[in-house]
Amino acid sequence: MLGLNKKDTSLLILVAALALFAPFILNPFPVGSAMAQFNAGYPDLMQRFVIFGIFAIGFNILFGLTGYLSFGHAAFLGVGSYAAVWMFKLLSMNVVPAIILSVITAGLFALVIGYVSLRRSGIYFSILTLAFAQMTYALAYSVLTPITGGETGLQLALDDPRVLDGAATGDNIPVPGFFGMEMRGSSQLEIGDWAFTFSNGYYFCAIIMLLSFYLSIRIFRSPFGMMLRAIKSNQQRLYYTGLNARPYTLAAFVISGMYAGLAGGLMAAMDPLAGAERMFWTASGEVVLMTILGGVGTLIGPVLGAGLIKYMENILSKINSDILHGWFAFLPDGLEDLIVTLIYPFIGKGWHLTLGLMFMLVVIFLPGGLVEAGQRISRLFGRKKADDKSEKSTSTEPAE
Amino acid sequence: MSNSNLTRRGLLKTSAVAGAGVALPTIFTASSAAAYTNEPTGSTVTLGFNVPQTGPYADEGADELRAYELAVEHLNGGGDGGMMNTFSSKALQGNGILGKKVEYVTGDTQTKSDAARASAKSMIEKDGAVMITGGSSSGVAVAVQALCQEAGVIFMAGLTHSNDTTGKDKRANGFRHFFNSYMSGAALAPVLKNAYGDDRKAYHLTADYNWGYTTEEAVRSSTEAMGWETVAAVKTPLTQTDFSSYIAPVLQSGADTLVLNHYGGNMVNSLTNAVQFGLRDKQVNGKDFQIIVPLYSRLMARGAGANVKGIFGSTNWHWSLTDEGSKAFVKSFGEKYGFPPSQAAHTTYVQTLLYADACERAGSFQPCAVVEALEDFEFDGLGNGKTLYRGDDHQCFKDVLVVKGKENPTSEFDLLEIVEVTPAEQVTYAPDHPQFQGGALGSCNDGA
Amino acid sequence: MMDAIILQVLNGLDKGSAYALIALGLTLIFGTLGVVNFAHGALFMIGAFCAVTLSRIITLSHEVVDESRTDFLGNPLKVDVPYVYDLFGQQTGETIIDWAVPLAILFAIPVMILIGVVMERGLIKHFYNRPHADQILVTFGLAIVLQEIIKYFYGANPIPTPAPEAFTGSFDFGAMLGMEANQIIYPYWRLVYFAFAALIIGAVFAFLQFTTFGMVVRAGMADRDTVGLLGINIDKRFTIMFGIAAAVAGLAGVMYAPINSPNYHMGMDFLVLSFVVVVVGGMGSLPGAVLAGFLLGILESFASMKEIIDLIPGINQIIIYLVAILILLTRPRGLMGRKGVMED
Repeated sequence: MLGLNKKDTSLLILVAALALFAPFILNPFPVGSAMAQFNAGYPDLMQRFVIFGIFAIGFNILFGLTGYLSFGHAAFLGVGSYAAVWMFKLLSMNVVPAIILSVITAGLFALVIGYVSLRRSGIYFSILTLAFAQMTYALAYSVLTPITGGETGLQLALDDPRVLDGAATGDNIPVPGFFGMEMRGSSQLEIGDWAFTFSNGYYFCAIIMLLSFYLSIRIFRSPFGMMLRAIKSNQQRLYYTGLNARPYTLAAFVISGMYAGLAGGLMAAMDPLAGAERMFWTASGEVVLMTILGGVGTLIGPVLGAGLIKYMENILSKINSDILHGWFAFLPDGLEDLIVTLIYPFIGKGWHLTLGLMFMLVVIFLPGGLVEAGQRISRLFGRKKADDKSEKSTSTEPAE
Repeated sequence: MSNSNLTRRGLLKTSAVAGAGVALPTIFTASSAAAYTNEPTGSTVTLGFNVPQTGPYADEGADELRAYELAVEHLNGGGDGGMMNTFSSKALQGNGILGKKVEYVTGDTQTKSDAARASAKSMIEKDGAVMITGGSSSGVAVAVQALCQEAGVIFMAGLTHSNDTTGKDKRANGFRHFFNSYMSGAALAPVLKNAYGDDRKAYHLTADYNWGYTTEEAVRSSTEAMGWETVAAVKTPLTQTDFSSYIAPVLQSGADTLVLNHYGGNMVNSLTNAVQFGLRDKQVNGKDFQIIVPLYSRLMARGAGANVKGIFGSTNWHWSLTDEGSKAFVKSFGEKYGFPPSQAAHTTYVQTLLYADACERAGSFQPCAVVEALEDFEFDGLGNGKTLYRGDDHQCFKDVLVVKGKENPTSEFDLLEIVEVTPAEQVTYAPDHPQFQGGALGSCNDGA
Repeated sequence: MMDAIILQVLNGLDKGSAYALIALGLTLIFGTLGVVNFAHGALFMIGAFCAVTLSRIITLSHEVVDESRTDFLGNPLKVDVPYVYDLFGQQTGETIIDWAVPLAILFAIPVMILIGVVMERGLIKHFYNRPHADQILVTFGLAIVLQEIIKYFYGANPIPTPAPEAFTGSFDFGAMLGMEANQIIYPYWRLVYFAFAALIIGAVFAFLQFTTFGMVVRAGMADRDTVGLLGINIDKRFTIMFGIAAAVAGLAGVMYAPINSPNYHMGMDFLVLSFVVVVVGGMGSLPGAVLAGFLLGILESFASMKEIIDLIPGINQIIIYLVAILILLTRPRGLMGRKGVMED
């Protein structure tokens, strides 16, 4: 189907089903129960899952296929967000022009940076991309404040021109929409004690994510993708066969920059604010971590990695000692305090510690990331399914 | 160069799937029976405490959180009631807010506007918070304030000092109790004139972001008004840790006063470096060289150690104040946690009480009703003397403290001494003051 | 103008010392073990906290109630009296406390070597043959864990760790050169830091150049397998080198503590810059790392001059990265890098 082989089609269908039913899957616990803390099915987090999924998918096209480790990818995401917010300010609150402009801007930006950085390879390439991104961040935070809003970020204001939307719309700033469908609108479905939220913005992002996922499968399977993999495995040999690798890597760099711009544009469409921290080196590092955590060079891995990191950031950090005491209230007092004291350093303000430990454990025990974990589990349960998966892992081998 | 074969047929199928996806959410009817966002329907009401728990301001965040927990305890009738007893408005009964028990959720802003908004959104969307409060930087405050305006909940700002929060970035749903750059400048100038005379050459080092700009502008204009000359103003990167190359040229410029428009880690490092260079032992133009830190934070001053001794600055509140409200607050905080509260703890505690009181007086949690109750509300007994929440820009006007690093501290908390309590009139400005121009409050938003 | 230039060169040397020391350690690890150590900034930070810890140990106190004064709640004030006062008398005690930072050097060397060896044996060893991306991820995870542990025990705020009384203040370098007073001033402690850095750098080079141990290590850096075939236990030596690299980072941290009050994230603040320094110097080149450290330190100082910022706004924000880009574009492998190292 859609020009994909059977395995890829089923993978795409799986991802589509996951995306479609995410509001159910991510809200497994009834509202008001002690476990409701772990529910992730609220619009903002679901949107973040798919947006960072797009970001990581794009990053994987560069890193997973060509092996070029960019350490400045967050700059494209940031530039994309700025472009989108400016579009909202100047043109219209419709998300379509904003997203298109953010993809184009990020693409052009990636073309310039890629053209320069790709003159070097290995860690020299990484440091070049890092340097460009850090410069963008530093300037956006300070001297470029009139364009970027600086510390407080670029925001919408009541008196923005919004040429296409016509006159001022009352006393409140309008919200981004897709031809009238407001991105923040949502509907609720309540079944017994469970509540599920279906957000317009989330489904908008999810569809775009599916499209980009599909495109990435096509790139992985195309002759172009083969070429990129050839660059990764042995660039020297490629030169000897008379091929110039640079245009291919540059194309991959620009494509992945456009993915990042798309993610940035979507972030602004969901929440019309663009801040410079989005471009700090830690943000670039985060997408590297997402990709490695999920499984470099695999199709689904980066999406899983993005989901896991964002889940920890948003769920773990919100657990406080009060909630812990609530959970273990059934235990005798002394034991309750002991357990809370033991767990407390790892949650709430200690969520970074858990994150760091998880990075270490995953890399030590699961070199192939979460995808490898999945493969091991399915191998445990044996039978036919395992063959399927292991076959996939050979066709999309993890990067070095 | 890509040879992937996208077919027309393939594309059609894709768009069909996409179409189905768009249609899906409309199957269910939107259940917006509530009159406003997150109307509390049960026996409890949820507040969202959004503070930095990781990153450089984590300790300030922790202190804010302690104050919030204390405030919730007091609102629900626990503890000794703290400042509820000294508050001029007596609407709060100690039975929660409007009879509903106060519950709270916490989140981590990481001192990044993105993370702060994500955290605030999860409180609004998932936990049903009717009010968001907290934060330890102006970037975060402005970002979360805009979000709350959009979502239709009330935002009670925590520690945010930039003029912009109630200036060009003000919002109808947002309120700030903390003071601002302009007030710092206005309060400091007369004290500086008394101490150092009206003929000084000042050299500014300014953190290169919005808060730094507004603080530099405020201090410059008020010191220049009393006759000081500004020799130079140099911007320093936020990520700078070693300020030696910025501080070394100060003496060459012929300046006799250094103003450090820095906060947090920047302030600790630049002040430490300046003292290291021996600036304070120097004589320039026949006068002793002086250093000024416009915004002091006791928590941060601790990081600079003995270097703060004798250095002037301003602060929103200090635990050594002796009015009844401050005493009551210091007592209940100190007894619960074993050390005195910081200015961040004070402002967040007060903000929570003010919000609760406004709900009681309005008889509703509805944002627009709360906004109306808070606008032009005058109160007393919360530690800063008579205070006005001005309706024009949702900024509190109250006394500002000018402080000085203490020469002989008796403990690690006893670092600052109050030099002067500048009365509110002296730091009040017109809503359209040039430093606050631009932006519009808009109208309150109930959401839903 | 001359005085301003001399001043910024001095400042640059000082900044450069910190960069060079960290970059030196990073390069030692990379050169010997082939591991990209993202936890190196954390080692620098732990070094600074060795100074904090030692001064906490020295000032361990018991409480004495002073009835004549009151604390913030109105109760009688409890005054902390350090045990060293009881042991050595107040005057000697005060001197010991005053000299906590230099004393911490003795404390930090064994601690840092131990941490380095445990890190190498316990974790890094298993990553020799893993891809660089895995090494980066695992050491980055370790860096986060280390800094969170420090944050848990010491809090997030900076902790003042002053230099001994004798080194506070500054001297007038300009007056020595016969210029006007106050034109070129330089703090004593920074001079100490620079001298200390020069000493350590010299010691590391001498150690590698003039000892048999160093010779073997250098041989191992060039061709590990052959050295192994000659029957030399190169692994053990590399473990020791890791310990030494950790100690270099740690000592850089100890001595840095009085310059900027240590906080738990100071390692991350330095990490990216020190990587830029290493790469600009050329991967695997020790002289390159030192050279690049001082070069970037001095350029950074010049870029922060008012005259230059007025000319090119924002230049102080980006100078290091800008220089890094220019150097990497004109010299493909940094200043002194070898061909084929980390290029794939």
